[in-house]
Amino acid sequence: MLALRELAFGYGTRRVGAGVSLTVRPGEALCLLGPNGGGKTTLFKTMLGLLPPLAGQIVLEGRDLTTLPRRDVAKTIAYVPQAHAAFFPFRVREVVLMGRASRLAAFASPGAADHAAADRALTMLGIGHLAERIYTEISGGERQLVLIARALAGEPRLLVMDEPTASLDFGNQARVLAQVRRLSERGIAVVLSTHDPGHAFLCADQVALLHNGRLAGLGPPAETVIPDTLRLLYGVEVAVVPLPGARRGEALCAPVLP
Amino acid sequence: MSEAASTAVAPGGTRRRLAGLSLATLPVLALLLLVVVSLGTGRYPVPLADVFSLLLAKALGLSTAVDATAQTVVLQVRLPRVLGALVVGAGLAAAGATYQGLFRNPLVSPDILGVSAGASLGAVLGIVLTLPAAAIQGLAFAGGLAAVSAVYAVGIAVRRRGASDPVLTLVLAGVAVGALLGAGIALLKVMADPYNQLPAITFWLLGSLASVNPGDLGAILPAMLIGLVPLVLLRWRVNLMSLGDEEARALGVETRVIRPVLVAAATLVTAAAVSVTGVIGWVGLIVPHVARLLVGPDFRRLLPASLLLGAGYLTAVDLLARTVATIEVPLGILTALVGAPFFLWLLATAKRGWA
Repeated sequence: MLALRELAFGYGTRRVGAGVSLTVRPGEALCLLGPNGGGKTTLFKTMLGLLPPLAGQIVLEGRDLTTLPRRDVAKTIAYVPQAHAAFFPFRVREVVLMGRASRLAAFASPGAADHAAADRALTMLGIGHLAERIYTEISGGERQLVLIARALAGEPRLLVMDEPTASLDFGNQARVLAQVRRLSERGIAVVLSTHDPGHAFLCADQVALLHNGRLAGLGPPAETVIPDTLRLLYGVEVAVVPLPGARRGEALCAPVLP
Repeated sequence: MSEAASTAVAPGGTRRRLAGLSLATLPVLALLLLVVVSLGTGRYPVPLADVFSLLLAKALGLSTAVDATAQTVVLQVRLPRVLGALVVGAGLAAAGATYQGLFRNPLVSPDILGVSAGASLGAVLGIVLTLPAAAIQGLAFAGGLAAVSAVYAVGIAVRRRGASDPVLTLVLAGVAVGALLGAGIALLKVMADPYNQLPAITFWLLGSLASVNPGDLGAILPAMLIGLVPLVLLRWRVNLMSLGDEEARALGVETRVIRPVLVAAATLVTAAAVSVTGVIGWVGLIVPHVARLLVGPDFRRLLPASLLLGAGYLTAVDLLARTVATIEVPLGILTALVGAPFFLWLLATAKRGWA
């Protein structure tokens, strides 16, 4: 689906990270963990083709991503930014329709098929009732779900989500993570970043640990989200406590204060 | 299941389109009425019925019983001016709506990239060199386009050196180039003949439709239409551009192609408009804003709404300009005098002007 090979990334001449190699398979969820300033967002932008790679290669379904037109990239990879306040008071339905841009010719406006796709995406996320609401007037959690719906409206095969649980309350975090799992079950690959290592257990098949722009670990959550690596990543002691009755090795992560 | 889905979706499109059409009828009729009132009002009043029959006769190529003086006043004197107000108002408002979408800011006017400043410098130069009117207009048009090109070139050069936000870079470059052009205008004003040229310069900078003739309209219409075509074709993409460069690109929009096309189109429209009327502020700022309050931010509805409202607003303000006092009040003064308080009232009362 998506493969990074010895990727170096950064802005212009400023190198943020290097030597990143990983593969995302269809329907697989990869969780990216790392401290602030560790290069997660820059890596995402490079993965999306928004920044040119400084070295190495990004292979998207067998083709070099840098040689693909924007529309072709966007048809396959959809980006879910952090829930933001838009500048103009668009309706939720209009926002979700924008996810169809990669499916439409430059001069085209969305038609019946695009409206249907937008409605499907809204229904899939259980937010059909928000369709006529104003995007700038709904809550942060609802906005995050709308942005996921927008990404899904384009019928992508891979979703890149930049800290989808940031600034959400406890319930909305759980709802978003549940959606990530449902996407995986539908065969859509997901790459997401989060600040809560415990989230990796809830939704990820693979965890990539990004430290100082390099991969400090890559593998299933049970092998990568352990006290040693978390100490390296965040510089604090972390207790990883298995949940009672966990089937997939789910565990809680809590900092241990000195 | 599929049948249910299709009935739920398919009629929505046509019904929405029909509803849109019928919604547009009323404003169009109101605009026509305003045009007729405007043609009949002035130092030499012509009854509305006569204006109607004159226009109808002219359109159908019939003869009319309306007296010759009234014919001259309505068709030769007032019609070019009213048409000018319609075209310039519509153009400035459409350009303003586009710029506001592109720059993700409801407080942006078409002047942000220096088109008015450039046109002003061109016109002032023409006045100081005592060139004929057509040459002054040509210089103004060229000056507007040159200023925006310079801003865009600076923006691209700065971006090559690693600036990350292309929109902010453009705005800042626009501010700097605008300041330079302002210095040039001030210098020319100091050098101008204070008895003939300086008043002409002052009037140009305040804007007026008084001298618009059919030839001017013929000269600016092609540029305006050429500018409007991309705006109409790319109307849905303007929505995406208002998400910002990165998000629009992530959604599959070639912003590096679409942004310059939209800027060029909106600039062409603005430069053509101000080249015959002089600087007319506020229309490009306030009209899209009001249009957005009426029809929402979707550019597919915002563009036609801005065109209609802009045409109506400038026609109404120009009617005021030539009737409110014994001397003509420059348009720039009235658009601000009417526009600014209205804008403040909107700011104070509007529930959702912007987020």
